[in-house]
Amino acid sequence: MELALFDRWLHILAGVTWVGLLYYFNFVQAQAMAAAGADEGGPGPAAIGKYVAPRALLWFRWSALVTWLTGAYYLMAWPAYSLGGAFSLGFGAGSLQLTSIGIGAWLGTIMLFNVWVLIWPNQKKILGIVPATDDEKARARRVAFLASRSNVVMSLPMLFFMQGAAHGIPMG
Amino acid sequence: MNPLDTVTGTLIAGVVLTVILVFVAKAIVGA
Repeated sequence: MELALFDRWLHILAGVTWVGLLYYFNFVQAQAMAAAGADEGGPGPAAIGKYVAPRALLWFRWSALVTWLTGAYYLMAWPAYSLGGAFSLGFGAGSLQLTSIGIGAWLGTIMLFNVWVLIWPNQKKILGIVPATDDEKARARRVAFLASRSNVVMSLPMLFFMQGAAHGIPMG
Repeated sequence: MNPLDTVTGTLIAGVVLTVILVFVAKAIVGA
């Protein structure tokens, strides 16, 4: 039980890091890149791409993985939950707590997939970490952008249902 | 026009998805 409490703390710390950086990318960096690109005579977006984005992406993708792993462990370790019960959305269990954490777990899992399969490989092309033609970079930019924006969309219900599982959701 | 191209559209989509999923959760728990 003590390990589960430590794990839950780690899960929330890593989750704050992950989603905080997700919001940074979507609400700050994307706009900053566009403004820097449009600013003739300004320093341009290259410095963000070279010095900021790789560091932000490092913390982003690894905190995402730590969030998921500590979350999965918590589902197994905490008495009210189970991994199978959560991922089957509590069907037949009649437990709003299990259904709620399950919806959050599914959304978080899809978000982790987006980070490692859609965002990070495409960001490597955009930032020049792996070679890519201009066409490939343009496509990579669109895929990474939409995956990132989709994660913002999913983060809203994910947070609603995950905190709701612990603190209650008024369902009328 | 993709709503995800704007921050406002993205946040509205997130709120709409949350509301839809609340009804889904209610249906599952009631089932």
